[in-house]
Amino acid sequence: MCTTCGCSDGAAATVTDMLTGKAYVIGAHAHEQHAHEHHAHGHSEHSHGHDHDHAHSHDHDHPHDHAHDHIHAHLHSRTHSVTLEQDVLAKNNRLAERNRGWLESRNILALNLVSSPGAGKTTLLERTIRDLSGTMSISVVEGDQETTFDAERIRATGCRSVQINTGTGCHLEAEMLAHVLKQLDPPADSVVMVENVGNLVCPALFDLGEQAKVVILSVTEGADKPLKYPHMFRASSLMILNKIDLLPHVAFDVDTCIDYAHRVNPDIEVLQVSATTGEGLAGWYAWLRRALSANSIDTNCSDDAIEVQRETGVAKSQNV
Amino acid sequence: MHELAVIESIVEACSDHAGNARVLHVTLEIGVLACVTPDALHFCYDIAVEGTPLEGSELEILRIPAHSRCLDCSSEVVMYEMFARCACGSINIEPPRGGDGLRIKSMEIEPVPTRDSIAEVS
Repeated sequence: MCTTCGCSDGAAATVTDMLTGKAYVIGAHAHEQHAHEHHAHGHSEHSHGHDHDHAHSHDHDHPHDHAHDHIHAHLHSRTHSVTLEQDVLAKNNRLAERNRGWLESRNILALNLVSSPGAGKTTLLERTIRDLSGTMSISVVEGDQETTFDAERIRATGCRSVQINTGTGCHLEAEMLAHVLKQLDPPADSVVMVENVGNLVCPALFDLGEQAKVVILSVTEGADKPLKYPHMFRASSLMILNKIDLLPHVAFDVDTCIDYAHRVNPDIEVLQVSATTGEGLAGWYAWLRRALSANSIDTNCSDDAIEVQRETGVAKSQNV
Repeated sequence: MHELAVIESIVEACSDHAGNARVLHVTLEIGVLACVTPDALHFCYDIAVEGTPLEGSELEILRIPAHSRCLDCSSEVVMYEMFARCACGSINIEPPRGGDGLRIKSMEIEPVPTRDSIAEVS
């Protein structure tokens, strides 16, 4: 985002396919026609920047205090009120549901990995891919503002990966994933790991069509993060506490952190791991296997049996 | 910051429904638990809507509370923030219901001039 005027520089996301090396642009925004000049906008006073809750737009009896009363009132009475009652993110959510349907129809487990920058998402993915090689098919969508560093690291494991560079964007959106899924074409019964832009704030708002969000918090970040960033922890099904090998060296109270996480989200599951030493990773791999098998639906079952199996599958993946 | 992305969605949705008319006023309903800050929306609204049918329009934000129930005294709790207390003082309340929406409630659009309105003005 331009720090002078706040616009997004007309930035669109760039997708790089690590298999072919080809890069292309997706989703150009309306700001590309915004004249990007750093002149004063004269908007220092936001006279209408306040919250209020009276039905201003429907009340035409309010007093006027300027000369052209009758004209103003006349025009005012003719403004047309349009009731929308529309979800602001309807378009993103529609695309997310489409992604979700596409993934479910192929029994693909898609996880949206979120965290602050540096919590260890990529390292955890590298380790997971190497340890589960041959037993679980995994492909990766990497999200960063710039560089293909992370996708290259994943590619070095032999795993299929695609990098999305958002430029100035602070989160991935459903439209980006829709494009990339076509590119990746992941096989049925596989896992797609979406490593979101490192950011504990914005990705919480944008559904990508994933089955679950997994928030990774490292012990070097402070036990109070679940309370400080409640929306992200509320939106996540699983919290992975990473870098536990460093616990002897940091003042991090694990029990307090888990308590805070449950305060914000009573249903969140918690796993404690070290992506570098391997401690606790067996639990993560078991969670993945359960989530993947819970995803699958026996299409030969009757409707009732499918419903029971779906409910049972969901219940299984909730228990650690 | 993602408030820009939110305003872009608002511009798109309102423009779709406004046709050729200019939009004068947009009313949003933002739940108190939604991941959007009204101040940030106000901050970038004017600039973000420049060059669109919403240019110059006024943004009105209605805050919508979430609802919960106290686990200690069973009273209904209206939540105006994430960590709300019951009137009895307890913080042990059920997970919130609602209050996380982000909706465009309505908008006011400029009238298309009619013969009558033109005659009155002149």
